[in-house]
Amino acid sequence: MLLIRCPYCQEERPELEFRNAGEAHIARSANMAGETDDDFEKFFFIRSNPKGIIYERWRHMHGCARFFNAVRDTVTDKFVMTYKAGEPKPSKLPGVAK
Amino acid sequence: MSGAFRIPGAGRFKQAKTARFSFDGQSYAGIEGDTLASALLANGVHLVGRSFKYHRPRGILSAGAEEPNALVEIKRDAARKTPNVRATVQELYDGLDAQSQNRWPSLSFDVGAVNDIASPLFSAGFYYKTFMWPKAAWKSLYEPKIRAAAGLGVSPDQPDPDHYSSRYAHCDVLVLGGGAAGVAAALAAAETGVRVILADEQAEFGGSLRFETGAKIDGQDGFAWAQGAVAKLAAMDNVRVLSRTTAFGYYAQNFVGLVERVSDHLKTPGHDLARERLWQVRAKRVVLASGAIERHMVFADNDRPGIMLAGAARTYLNHYGVAVGRNVGVYTANDSAYAAAIDLKKAGVNVAAIVDLRDNPTGPVIDEARALGIEVNFGRAVIRAGGKLRVSSMSVQPKNGGGERTIPVDAILMSAGWTPSVHLFSQSRGKVAFNDETKRFVPGTYAQDCVSVGACNGTDGLSATVDEAYAAGAKAAKDAGAKTAKGTKPKVDASESWSRGMLGAAPGAGPDTTVKAFVDFQNDVTAKDIRQAVHEGMRSIEHVKRFTTNGMATDQGKTSNMHGLAIAAETLGKPIPEVGLTTFRAPYTPVTFGAIVSHARGPLFDPTRKTAIHPWAEAQGAVFEDVGQWKRAWYFPRAGEDMHAAVDRECVAVRKTAGLFDASTLGKIEVVGPDAAKFMELLYTNPWEKLEPGRCRYGIMLREDGFIYDDGVVGRLAPDRFHVTTTTGGAPRVMNHMEDYLQTEFPHLNVWLTSITEQWAVIAVQGPNARKIIEPLVEGIDMSDEALPHMSVREGKICGVPTRLFRMSFTGERGFEVNVPADYGQAVWEALWAEGQKHGAAAYGTEAMHVLRAEKGYIIVGQDTDGTVTPNDAGLDWAVGKKKADFVGIRGMARPDLVAKGRKQLVGLKTKDPKVVLEEGAQIVEDPKQAIPMKMIGHVTSSYWSENCGRSIALALVAGGRDRMGDTLYVPMPNGVIEVEVTGMVFFDETGGRLNG
Ligand SMILES: [Zn+2]
Repeated sequence: MLLIRCPYCQEERPELEFRNAGEAHIARSANMAGETDDDFEKFFFIRSNPKGIIYERWRHMHGCARFFNAVRDTVTDKFVMTYKAGEPKPSKLPGVAK
Repeated sequence: MSGAFRIPGAGRFKQAKTARFSFDGQSYAGIEGDTLASALLANGVHLVGRSFKYHRPRGILSAGAEEPNALVEIKRDAARKTPNVRATVQELYDGLDAQSQNRWPSLSFDVGAVNDIASPLFSAGFYYKTFMWPKAAWKSLYEPKIRAAAGLGVSPDQPDPDHYSSRYAHCDVLVLGGGAAGVAAALAAAETGVRVILADEQAEFGGSLRFETGAKIDGQDGFAWAQGAVAKLAAMDNVRVLSRTTAFGYYAQNFVGLVERVSDHLKTPGHDLARERLWQVRAKRVVLASGAIERHMVFADNDRPGIMLAGAARTYLNHYGVAVGRNVGVYTANDSAYAAAIDLKKAGVNVAAIVDLRDNPTGPVIDEARALGIEVNFGRAVIRAGGKLRVSSMSVQPKNGGGERTIPVDAILMSAGWTPSVHLFSQSRGKVAFNDETKRFVPGTYAQDCVSVGACNGTDGLSATVDEAYAAGAKAAKDAGAKTAKGTKPKVDASESWSRGMLGAAPGAGPDTTVKAFVDFQNDVTAKDIRQAVHEGMRSIEHVKRFTTNGMATDQGKTSNMHGLAIAAETLGKPIPEVGLTTFRAPYTPVTFGAIVSHARGPLFDPTRKTAIHPWAEAQGAVFEDVGQWKRAWYFPRAGEDMHAAVDRECVAVRKTAGLFDASTLGKIEVVGPDAAKFMELLYTNPWEKLEPGRCRYGIMLREDGFIYDDGVVGRLAPDRFHVTTTTGGAPRVMNHMEDYLQTEFPHLNVWLTSITEQWAVIAVQGPNARKIIEPLVEGIDMSDEALPHMSVREGKICGVPTRLFRMSFTGERGFEVNVPADYGQAVWEALWAEGQKHGAAAYGTEAMHVLRAEKGYIIVGQDTDGTVTPNDAGLDWAVGKKKADFVGIRGMARPDLVAKGRKQLVGLKTKDPKVVLEEGAQIVEDPKQAIPMKMIGHVTSSYWSENCGRSIALALVAGGRDRMGDTLYVPMPNGVIEVEVTGMVFFDETGGRLNG
């Protein structure tokens, strides 16, 4: 069972308290109704599914109930870092090469 | 005397009490402190089981958790039958009842042993090759036969009456393994004051000190030192000592699963003791001290009962005081077996000969063996074991060929060397490294905050082990935050030491032979099988493993993996590290489902939610149904009524006079704040800004893909306050969906969401007399049609308690939903019930509710929709705000496929024969005479007998359904085709006049 750091609670808590909520940094258009079919496909259906670093959303369901973002390595399953919803995608990751 | 093979003066249980036990119905005497294996051996019983595939007679190989052969069933009573218990682990108690497995009709005469003679049929890959075709035969013929023939033990057929417990624990240093290394590491860590947990799978700590009688620590016998050290640890406040506790899984971030066997060793455990306890430990640092496991020699018929690991024989002698034979032979490729021969010889057992594969080894143990007069042969191999139910001889030959000599023996002690137990290290995702000099895999790259010490780390010798372990324990404590260390390292005064050995098949079982030289005893895999796998094209060790099943039995190849790997590497002509080691997976040893499940069974499997009105419904004899975690009153049968009669009566009563329904399970969410209306506009398809406070609206929630996600009536209590209802099952996910959008997409909106499902009990009062029932109890609300029209909500009091009184209807009748604080739910219900009795009202359950809403064509999300239904498909276009610029699902709903012609649409169906009730889920076709497979154009989503309509009614999703009004379609069923007519969805009161009736 993983330990995940909630950026709101500022605590590492067991995985059981959290729910994954899919890939992060997928912006919902401000002009949703005007999106083309292609843009909507990219927004709703297409996900990166990387081998390695993934940016994803989690919710501290059984804690503060906040949604936040996390950087996880899908190979080692390790959390690199977590940050609050709305914060920009981090440009530098601690302890990750490249 | 507890067995003819018990040696007076030997062993550590001299004052022990006798414990009687039975094996296959025969009664024996053992002593308290014995394992079942040591007690059987004390009675001269070696034959304990039959092998998996060939049904060959098998004996006891080991004295520990690695045992592949001696698997028995332990029976306490009819419900407490545990199969596949390792006799080497099961502690003896007075009255223990054990049965051998995998034999019929008896252990000494087993019909299945014909497989041994027919073994060419059962070679490697046999299952894959033989049972491939025809596919259909798998289910009916092959699988049942294979399962019946291949069973290792029989699972119990009654519910488990025992209880299991579960603990979470945190510590600074977790030490796994309680031999010399583990105890030394735990001492070092504990002396710093940090929290330490020390666990060992055995009943007693000491590990290999159980048999290494040459070890002396701090001036004492090694085993005695371990007992003293552990007693000292157990007395410390910062230390938890767990014996009989196996670490079975090493998971992410130093999270380790352990099972403590609490009462399996007790004669009468009593119900206050759990049978097993699951420990889930999160440790800052882990010290792995899991030791090493001895390997057997791979030679022809090396599985005869009486042939065992040398270290095991030594354990039985030195710890249990049991001689494994009277005339033993020794076959070895390293020094450690000499120690066993020496100990047995000194205890008065004849050692017929030591056969050492090595050419000219030297060392003190060899000299000592010779000095004791034991015949020692170098450069020779045991090429065959004689005997059937018990080994009777060993045939010895120079390893490069030559004259053969047969030596009569009643036991053979073997040792090919020791394999470091890197299972937990490997589970932690650490990478092992092959040491070419010692031919063993040892921990290489670490993936977690752990350290390996002693034999599992490839460290040889007691002195080096204690040094390493003590230093590692102290460092682990320091890394975990310890400030001071004040202990003294244990001093090793005398130790035994050996390393090396051999891997793979011994001479006489080489590639040119067809003998049965077993590599994996439990799965009956021979050296020949592994070579054959390579010859048939398996290149990776993972493929060899799956093809031969080597290492795939319940012992997970603890004794066999390295031999199998070496034989595969040799056959492939590659070095061992290039062929690679198979991955170790949890569990290290089998774990019961009971321990994993713990208390989460029966009523505690999942929470049960009951409404405030539940006790009343129960007292009325309601039949309940599960809806998610809720118990809901399904129907209220009166004396002599079946479900059908009760539901008909309830449905008629609602339309004739009135009915009371417990709607408390409906999800309820309060959406509050200055931007509440804006938020509602974005989350629901409907317009909300213009909804006046005091009015209600039926809302539809979509996902971004444009499909219906949930629905419910929403009341606007104030400009900034909405009382939202959701489906019963949808409440949690709707709340999550709302929170997600509020927190991440629309965080600029000033809105608060509060789940109020549990806060309000909801009593639906529906029917022509509904108002008459409620009105006398209400204060401060004008209930006239003008003041409280259909789809409106008022706050006031009922029976003196606050209420949110909704005028709404899920039946098509004049209807109200009375929300009151849950604590008053039952009292208000009883008051309404008393009023209702004056008008002949009935209580109705969820079944009648379903029928009544279907009569009106009201959909149930999740029954009439399935996640692929748009508002338009459901005929709910009217509920989508056409002028809205945005809402969740607005774009998804406009996708080409979602607006295409011919989509499945919700319609009504009337069977041509009004008495026939369709089956929900039944498929619909246009032409029942077409060839199979027919083209299915839709399916029935809801179907009931409607007493109010005097006929059956149904809702269905049908392709292009709204263009088929009046058409005849067909529902093919096993007993014939049912003709149906496509209709509108409203079957009763089409004009809706009864809402105000
Ligand atoms: Zn939190």
